[in-house]
Amino acid sequence: MSEEAVKKIILKEDEDYIVNMGPQHPSTHGVLRMEVCLNGETVKYMIPHIGYIHRGMEKMAESNTYKQIIHLTDRMDYLSAHINNEAVCLAVENALGVEVPERVQYIRAILDELTRIASHHLWWSAFGMDLGALTTFFYGMRDREKILAIFEESFGSRLLHSFNTPGGLMHDVHPDFRKHTLEFVKYFRKKLPDYKNLLTDNVIFHNRTIGIGVMDKEMAVNYGVTGPSGRGSGFSCDIRKTAPYGIYDKVEFNEILYSEGDSFARYKVRMDEMEESLNILEQLVENMPEEGGFTAKMKPVVKLPEGEYFQRVEAARGEFAVFIVSKGEKYPYRIKFRSPNFSNLFVLSQLAIGGIIADLVAITGSLDLVIPDIDR
Amino acid sequence: MILLDIYSFSTLTSSIDKSLNDAMAPWMATLTEFVLLGLVFLIFYALLGLFLVYLERKVCAVIQNRIGPNRVGKWGMFQTIADLIKLLMKELITIKNADKFLFNLAPFVVIIASFMAMAALPFAKGLQAIDLNIGIFYVIAVSSLGVVGILIAGWSSNSKYSLIGAMRSGAQIISYELSVGLALLAIVIFSGSMQLSTIVESQADGWWIFKGHIPAVFAFVLYLITATAEINRGPFDLAEAESELTAGFHTEYSGIKFAFFFLAEYMNMFIVAAIAATLFLGGWMPLHIGGWEGFNQIMDYIPSIIWFFGKTFVIIYIIMWFKWTFPRLRIDQLLNLEWKYLLPLNLINTVIISFVVLMGLYFK
Repeated sequence: MSEEAVKKIILKEDEDYIVNMGPQHPSTHGVLRMEVCLNGETVKYMIPHIGYIHRGMEKMAESNTYKQIIHLTDRMDYLSAHINNEAVCLAVENALGVEVPERVQYIRAILDELTRIASHHLWWSAFGMDLGALTTFFYGMRDREKILAIFEESFGSRLLHSFNTPGGLMHDVHPDFRKHTLEFVKYFRKKLPDYKNLLTDNVIFHNRTIGIGVMDKEMAVNYGVTGPSGRGSGFSCDIRKTAPYGIYDKVEFNEILYSEGDSFARYKVRMDEMEESLNILEQLVENMPEEGGFTAKMKPVVKLPEGEYFQRVEAARGEFAVFIVSKGEKYPYRIKFRSPNFSNLFVLSQLAIGGIIADLVAITGSLDLVIPDIDR
Repeated sequence: MILLDIYSFSTLTSSIDKSLNDAMAPWMATLTEFVLLGLVFLIFYALLGLFLVYLERKVCAVIQNRIGPNRVGKWGMFQTIADLIKLLMKELITIKNADKFLFNLAPFVVIIASFMAMAALPFAKGLQAIDLNIGIFYVIAVSSLGVVGILIAGWSSNSKYSLIGAMRSGAQIISYELSVGLALLAIVIFSGSMQLSTIVESQADGWWIFKGHIPAVFAFVLYLITATAEINRGPFDLAEAESELTAGFHTEYSGIKFAFFFLAEYMNMFIVAAIAATLFLGGWMPLHIGGWEGFNQIMDYIPSIIWFFGKTFVIIYIIMWFKWTFPRLRIDQLLNLEWKYLLPLNLINTVIISFVVLMGLYFK
């Protein structure tokens, strides 16, 4: 944030027209409060206030076993729950030196990509709604349902399935898992042109997003904006490429990069990533071994040897990382989660300055914030 | 032309008028007629409003791959009535430090403005409350009163969202009124009259949208865009942009006062569609093609009231289709669109139409 902006925030003037957007507001996607100072419709400055859904997860984790912590990570970024689980699982597995079967790695990666598509797709729906195109929400929900049906079939739950566990999976996937995943890929490929016609090619949509909330590469790096939002500014930050985990080094895919850095670039990154995820899914489903079990041999009580462990993964909204300090007990001594949305939020106050309220909504939407992930 | 008279409402209305005049003094008869008309319009207004809300729900459900209301009554027909009962029973909240008098006045101003415009509309042959000789002028003048109510609502609510919504709405409606007026002026030039009945009669051998060549089609399209903006509907629903201002100028209203705003919005949509149907698509006039006598006579068998409501609902459907397809514009883009594109285009179109009429280049 520039020095002037900081000064303005500290020295609030009496005649400032301050509007509180949130914690209950349709476009903040949760309980974020934005203290917006307006000059007419123009935003003079914006301060985000967080903490309305703080549950103290890192502290809670200190009195939970590693298998229990998995269930906490679900509740952070609930839209990429599976990917968050995986970060903790990988950290524990690496610490113990457990080799998980290749089949498990394939299934995890398939679920990762399905989660990513579901998450991006829900974002697409909600972003359309932020900009006033209400129909996108129902189209998005309809197609996301297909992914949730695959989850439900295998795991019995749709959103927070906590299917990962250190050493592998809770149980085996449904026999039709592979078939239904392939069917979904085919179905979704057919639907992508519809989304293009409905929103991507719309003139009003272009006017609302192109050149709005421009974030250059330097700013993205400085604020630690990762994920599709960072890649929209040309910041190459895909963990699947830069630090491959699981099976990702055996999969061929492109990292989507746009250099414009505006809301439309961020939108395009996510749209292209959904297509890229479909390509990854096809490769994974084809090569997935039929045999090989669903878990490695693990002791019933997981105790990490003394030391510090770090693992990062590419969640739907950016880099999700977990840092564990262990004293050799079954509980972690200290745990720290690096959630992507926390960093992505704070660039917002910089991008919003000088725009109007409608731009603020468009930029907030394009950063794809999930508030429980910020507050943890 | 003779066949048309079977369905004419003038026999009914004049007989009522005659029997009333026979039974009582002329001033009493006129007064009774006023009261009767008012009652008829009130009932019509309420029923139509409920139907439009139901229609919108069903139309948007179809567009969005849903079923829409389907629990209360067959096909959910009584859903809106149930909603109305709910709204009637809700608590009327007046927030602290609101200007109570203006706060309570605003919904009435909005609803009266749309109610008054109904008086001049020709619903069918011989079914028109007042046939003013400046009908179009009256409708434009009266419907623009609604913005006063919106501004009052925004100001008196003592809420920041409401105020921004009202200011947006004021800027928007006042700008777009110019284009609406100019687009309607096209037909006034063609038909040479501002009287709505005369305009409908002038389309007996073909609707203006067909007779008036490209300029008339152009004026029709411009009218649809600007009218959608004038009634604050999507993609121009900036005054109540729910993702930005929660509910804009009616954020603080609850219960039946909110329902008044809601109802007025739908009735404005009906009025706008009815004017478009009357001016461009012949109103209650059946589809006539000059010279095709047999065809014209067959068309005359369809009652004029069906023609009027058929055309109006086609336009209402188009306006709803806009709303559920397009994203919302931004306020500066909205005003740019009006002042830099629509208004100049409208002015040029008006000049072209004057030229066309002067040279007699349209079908007569």
